[in-house]
Amino acid sequence: MEDVILDMMHITKSFPGVKALNNVNLQVKKGEIHALVGENGAGKSTLMKVLSGVYPHGTYTGEIRYNGKLCEFKDIKESEKLGIVIIHQELALIPYLSIAENIFLGNEQGKNGLIDWHATTAHTKELLVKVGLHELPTTLITNIGVGKQQLVEIAKALSKKVQLLILDEPTAALNEDDSDNLLKLLLAFKKQGISSILISHKLSEVSRIADTITVLRDGSTIETLNVREDNITEDRIIKGMVGRELTDRYPKREVAIGEIIFEVKDWSVYHPLHGDRKIIHNARLTVKQGEVVGIAGLMGAGRTELAMSIFGKSYGQKISGYMYKNGIEIHVNNVSQAIAQGIAYVTEDRKQYGLILNEDIKRNATLANLNKISRNFIVDENKEILVAEKSRHQMNIKCSSILQKTMNLSGGNQQKVVLSKWIFTEPDVLILDEPTRGIDVGAKFEIYSIINNLAKEGKGILLISSELPEILGMCDRVYVMSEGRITGELAQSEASQERIMKYVMSK
Amino acid sequence: METLKHMFKSNIREYGMVIALVSIMLFFQIVSKGVLLMPLNVTNLIQQNSYILVLAIGMLLVIVAFHIDLSVGSMAAFIGAMSAILMVDNHIGVMSGIVISLLLGALAGAWQGYWISYFKIPSFIVTLAGMLTFRGLTMTILEGQSKGPYPESFQKISNGFMPDFFAGTGIHITTLVVGIVLSLIYIYFELSHRKAKQEYDFDVIPLQFLIIKLVIVCLAINWFMYLLALYKGIPNVLILLFVLIVFYTFITTKTVVGRHIYALGGNEKAAKLSGVKTQRIVFWVFVNMGVLAALSGLVFAARLNVATPKAGMGFELDAIAACFIGGASTAGGIGVVMGAIIGGLVMGVMNNGMSLIGVTIDMQQTIKGLVLLLAVAFDIYTKSKQS
Repeated sequence: MEDVILDMMHITKSFPGVKALNNVNLQVKKGEIHALVGENGAGKSTLMKVLSGVYPHGTYTGEIRYNGKLCEFKDIKESEKLGIVIIHQELALIPYLSIAENIFLGNEQGKNGLIDWHATTAHTKELLVKVGLHELPTTLITNIGVGKQQLVEIAKALSKKVQLLILDEPTAALNEDDSDNLLKLLLAFKKQGISSILISHKLSEVSRIADTITVLRDGSTIETLNVREDNITEDRIIKGMVGRELTDRYPKREVAIGEIIFEVKDWSVYHPLHGDRKIIHNARLTVKQGEVVGIAGLMGAGRTELAMSIFGKSYGQKISGYMYKNGIEIHVNNVSQAIAQGIAYVTEDRKQYGLILNEDIKRNATLANLNKISRNFIVDENKEILVAEKSRHQMNIKCSSILQKTMNLSGGNQQKVVLSKWIFTEPDVLILDEPTRGIDVGAKFEIYSIINNLAKEGKGILLISSELPEILGMCDRVYVMSEGRITGELAQSEASQERIMKYVMSK
Repeated sequence: METLKHMFKSNIREYGMVIALVSIMLFFQIVSKGVLLMPLNVTNLIQQNSYILVLAIGMLLVIVAFHIDLSVGSMAAFIGAMSAILMVDNHIGVMSGIVISLLLGALAGAWQGYWISYFKIPSFIVTLAGMLTFRGLTMTILEGQSKGPYPESFQKISNGFMPDFFAGTGIHITTLVVGIVLSLIYIYFELSHRKAKQEYDFDVIPLQFLIIKLVIVCLAINWFMYLLALYKGIPNVLILLFVLIVFYTFITTKTVVGRHIYALGGNEKAAKLSGVKTQRIVFWVFVNMGVLAALSGLVFAARLNVATPKAGMGFELDAIAACFIGGASTAGGIGVVMGAIIGGLVMGVMNNGMSLIGVTIDMQQTIKGLVLLLAVAFDIYTKSKQS
C-alpha cells in the first residue's frame, strides 16, 4: 500500500481517570483531504496531539506509520522535520513581528546566529504567492485580519516542506469569503500532492472538499466514509457523530415544574473590546421553578457569553434587554446585585474563574456569601467551619480536611467546592456552565444528582453543555444556540441528537 | 509528639521565620558580646525600625492584593516636608498638623489608587511615577533645605517614653505592670478561643501544649518588658506599632474586607465573579498605604526632628523586602501582618548587629540582599515540596 502516507493503528491514550482515545485507527492516503469529525471531546484534538508529538511516544499505546516507517516522535520538532505540520485553532503567531519574521520563527534563514534578511524576504515572497496572500513581508501580523493570518500560518507550514498538513477548525473564526479561499487553497495543495487532515464542525464544507471522512465518538473510531464513492449526506455524518444509545448514566428525577421564575428578553450584547461586534442577538429564554433547561451549541456559539452577561454584566458591553424574576423586572448591574437577586453562575473554567486555588475549601465555599456568617463585617470562623463541613458532607467532597487547599483537589472535587459556594448563596436560579467538563464518570453522576436535588427544591436550572447526551439525559427543555442566536427550542419529548444538531448547524 | 510534629510541619513557614529571627538575634548577641540585647540597644532597635515596620504593614496588604508600591519612601518624605511647613513654618498645632498630614497621605494614596484600580495602569508604573513625583515635590517645597526643629510634643512621637506612674527609681515599674497585664489579656484570649472551639466540638490543641505555648509567650513578653524597663520604659512609638499590628491583624484575619483582599490577590477573576468589588478594594488598599506612608513620614521626621529632602530614600525597598522575607507570596494572596513585622525585624536586627560588630555599610547591603534571596528561595522550596 504505497499510496498510504499515514497509518495510525490502535492508538489508546489515557489521562488520569479518563480514557481519551480508545483503540483509534486512522489511515490517510497520499494527496487526499481527510476530514476528522466528531463532537466536542470526541478525541479529535488529542489524536492530532499524539500524531504531532505533543504527547510524546510512550505516553500512549499503539503504532504510527508515516510513509511506511514506524515513527516514535519525542516532540513536535521531530514530526515537523518529516513534514507533519499542525495548525492549531488558536493561531500561534506573534502579533508585533512581521509576516516574514513569523514565517521563519524558530527556523531563521541565515548562519551563525545572524539572520540573512535578503533570503528571508525572498523566500517569504515566494511562499506568499503560493498561498495567494498579497501583503508585504514586512507587514506586522497585528495589522492583517484573521483570514490572512491563517494564510500566514499555512505559508509557515509550507516553509517547513509540509507533506501532511493538519488544520484544527481552520474556518471557525473566518467569514464566508475567507473560508472559501482557504478551502480552495487546500484543493490546490491536493493537486500538488500534499495531504491534509481537516478537523471541522462545519459539515457543509467537509462534505464539499473531503475525500474521506473519519468519525470519532467518545474516543473511538466509529466509521470511515468514502465521500467520492458513497453518496454521503450531512445527515449521514451527523448520525455517525451522535448515534449512540443513552444508558442510565443520568439519575432519575421526579419532575415537578412550577411557574416561570426567570426570564430574559431581547437580550443583546456586544464584544467587550470591539464595540461594533454583536455577540448575542436578541436572545430570549425562560426558566420555570424546578425545571432543568439545557443550552446546547458548539464552542463559540455564545452560550458562556450569554450566561456571563446575564450574571451581573460580567461579559461584554452595551448590554440591552429585559430581565424578569417571578414576573417582576429586575436590574442587575454587577455580581453582588446578581447574587442578591438569587442568581448564581458556575463557570466552565473552575481554575481560572471559579476557585481561589491557594486558599482552602472552607474559604472558597463561603466567599460568595460571607455576610451570612458575619456580624458587623467580622467573620465568625467557627460558623464558617460548620458551613464548610456541611457542604463537604452533602456534596461528598473527598479531601483530607476542609483546610486542604483547593489546588490539591481533583477536578470533580474542585467542581463540588464551586457548587458548594454557589449553593451557599441560596440562589433561585443557577446557571451551570459545562459543569462536568474534565470530570470522570463517577463524579459526573454525583454532579447530576446534585443538579436534580436542586431542581427538586424548586430552583430553576440553566445547564450549558456541549455534550448532547448530557443535555438529553438531564434537561426538561432545550435551547439551541448558534452564532450568538437562539436558533431553536425543543421540549424533552421532541428533542433528539439529530434535531439538536440540525439547529446547531443552522445559521 | 505526633500532633506536635504535624503542627510544626503544617506551619513550617510561620515557625521558620520566628526561629530565624531568634537565631539571628542569638548569633549577634554572642558575637557582639551581649551588646545587642542591652536595654539601650533594644530601645534603639525599636526606634530605628519603627518607620519601616509601619510601611511594611501597609505594604503587606498591597502585596497580598497582588500589587506593589514603589512610592512609599518618596511619599513619606513628602508628607514629612508638608508637616514641617504646617508645624514649623505656620505654627499650626501639633494635633491638627498630624491630622492634616495623614489626610494628605490618604489623598496621595487615593491619587495612585485611582489610576491603578479604575484606569487599569499597572501599579508598578503608577507608583514608579509616584516615586519620582513625590520626591520632586519634596525637593520643591523644601527648596532643597532641611526644615526644623519641630515643636517638642511632636518629637515625643518617636523619642518619647511612656511616663512611669509608680515613680520607680532605676527600673520603670509601669512597663513591668504593662507586661503582666498584656500576659493576662493574652491568656484570656487563648482560653476563650479554645472554649468557643470546644463548644462547636472542633479539634483543639491538647491542653499541655497550650500551657507550654502560654508559658513561652508570657515569658517572652515579660522578659522583653523587663529589658525596656531597665532603660526608660516603653517607647511611644512601640505603643503606636502595637496598636497598628493588632488592628491590621484583626482586619486581615477576621473581617469580610480582609477576606476579600486575600481572595482578589489569589485570583482576581474568580473573586470578581464571586461578588467581590475588586476595583473598590484595590483603591482602598492604596488609600490605606498612603495613610501609613504619611504616618511613617511623620515618625521619621519626629525622630530626626527635621524634614529633609533626602528622607525616606530606599524605604520602599526595605518595606517590600520585609514582606517577602516574612513569607508573602510574589504571586499575591498569601502573607500575614506578623510575618511582615518579623521580616522587618530580621533586617533591622541584622543592620544593627552588623553595625555593632563593625561590618562596613557596603558589606551590610550585600548580606541583606543575600538574606532576601535565601528567604524567598526557602519559601519556594518548601512550597514545591508540599505539593
